[in-house]
Amino acid sequence: MAQSFEVPNGHSVEEHDLERTLNPYVTGTSVIGLKYKDGIILAADTGGSYGSTLRYKSVERIKPIGKHSLLGASGEISDFQEILKYLDELIIYDNMWDDGNSLGPKEVHNYLNRVMYNRRNKFDPLWNSLVLGGVKNGQKYLGVVNMIGTHFEDDHVATGFGNHLARPILRAEWHADLSFEEAVKLVEKCLLVLLYRDRSAINKFQLAKITEEGTTIYPRYSLKTFWGFSAFQNPTKGAVGSW
Amino acid sequence: MSRRGDWVYENNGGTCVAIAGADYCVVAADTRLSTGYSIYTRDYSKICKLADKCVLASSGFQGDIKALQKNLSARHLIYQHQHNKQMSCPAMAQLLSNTLYYKRFFPYYAFNVLGGLDNEGKGCVFTYDAVGSYERVGYSSQGSGSTLIMPVLDNQLKSPSPLLLPAKDSVTPLSEMEAVDLVKDVFASATERDIYTGDKLEIVIINASGIQHEFMELRKD
Repeated sequence: MAQSFEVPNGHSVEEHDLERTLNPYVTGTSVIGLKYKDGIILAADTGGSYGSTLRYKSVERIKPIGKHSLLGASGEISDFQEILKYLDELIIYDNMWDDGNSLGPKEVHNYLNRVMYNRRNKFDPLWNSLVLGGVKNGQKYLGVVNMIGTHFEDDHVATGFGNHLARPILRAEWHADLSFEEAVKLVEKCLLVLLYRDRSAINKFQLAKITEEGTTIYPRYSLKTFWGFSAFQNPTKGAVGSW
Repeated sequence: MSRRGDWVYENNGGTCVAIAGADYCVVAADTRLSTGYSIYTRDYSKICKLADKCVLASSGFQGDIKALQKNLSARHLIYQHQHNKQMSCPAMAQLLSNTLYYKRFFPYYAFNVLGGLDNEGKGCVFTYDAVGSYERVGYSSQGSGSTLIMPVLDNQLKSPSPLLLPAKDSVTPLSEMEAVDLVKDVFASATERDIYTGDKLEIVIINASGIQHEFMELRKD
């Protein structure tokens, strides 16, 4: 029997006729992840855009999940918060078994794949692209899943603009067993390119690492940018009357 | 206003091929996962072993493909529990068709080729469309490079024509090695002209002694 709802104008509407909002409102931009010698590094800026307005400047888009994983999200921030609620419940139930076992990154990634795909099947998506990285029993794992359920794992991943701008840099310069310092330098190179070229990026970053020992989320910091190019000096030189 | 259907599918590209021989079957697919003009990853397998003598290769929307392969694997496990034996390739072929048609009005965006050995140990290949229409053939290709590959297979495999009467089995008279070499050649050619095909080729060979894997590098551009 079809479920009925009363809509604000007083009419009764059946569930299958309802339209759900299918546009994201407050969004986060790219997340980058890469494997290095001791574990995984995830990085993202802390901006939450409301269309073309930079509405929120301190959004944490990378969160630890359980003991062994880190989750980074781009896309709709409220959907990310709901995903965190789902994962919170998952981790709590896992802990309540109290059997010494804990959900590793592979399991969490698989869970997220199923959630995202099933929501897509109901035409009610969580409008996010997620990066899931972690280490368990010495095994490093880095995976992505997007809002329709496409998922894969790789040595380096990125969402959104990062796929276009950061992945080529990572493909050229990533190699196995990067030291922490080398990995951070590589990530910062990618973040800088995104800062210059992605309209929704801001100069305030969250960097997180996860190793066998545990998670570390570093204090927010900014990158140095350079705008002193000669082409930017005296920009109206060739256009008399412009400003 | 965004329409219901705009965002639910994406084509992650790639090409799959299967060739049946007298006592073997070769199933192959590239390992590129892409979207639009971007590459997600160069190292992604489109091939899934469903049973001892039955291998599925699929191209299309990866979310649906993974769900479909998982579904079939689970059904096969149940079959094994109930019948104490592996599913034969023709049985799996029918199951795949039924599974696809089940979602006739919200399809699995998956283009499949199923390859393996039938109950007599002869090579068999089944080719599908997205909603379960299928046919047993001697060879087939599906996916973004299939239009480039199929004519070459028609020309090079020397199989009896499927149009002959009385119907003749269209397995190729080529040897296993010749078939594998041909697969490598057609993928190298498809990679040249199809932007969604490339990176690496994964080949699975099923014969009386079991399943072997082989890999070959393809152009990465």
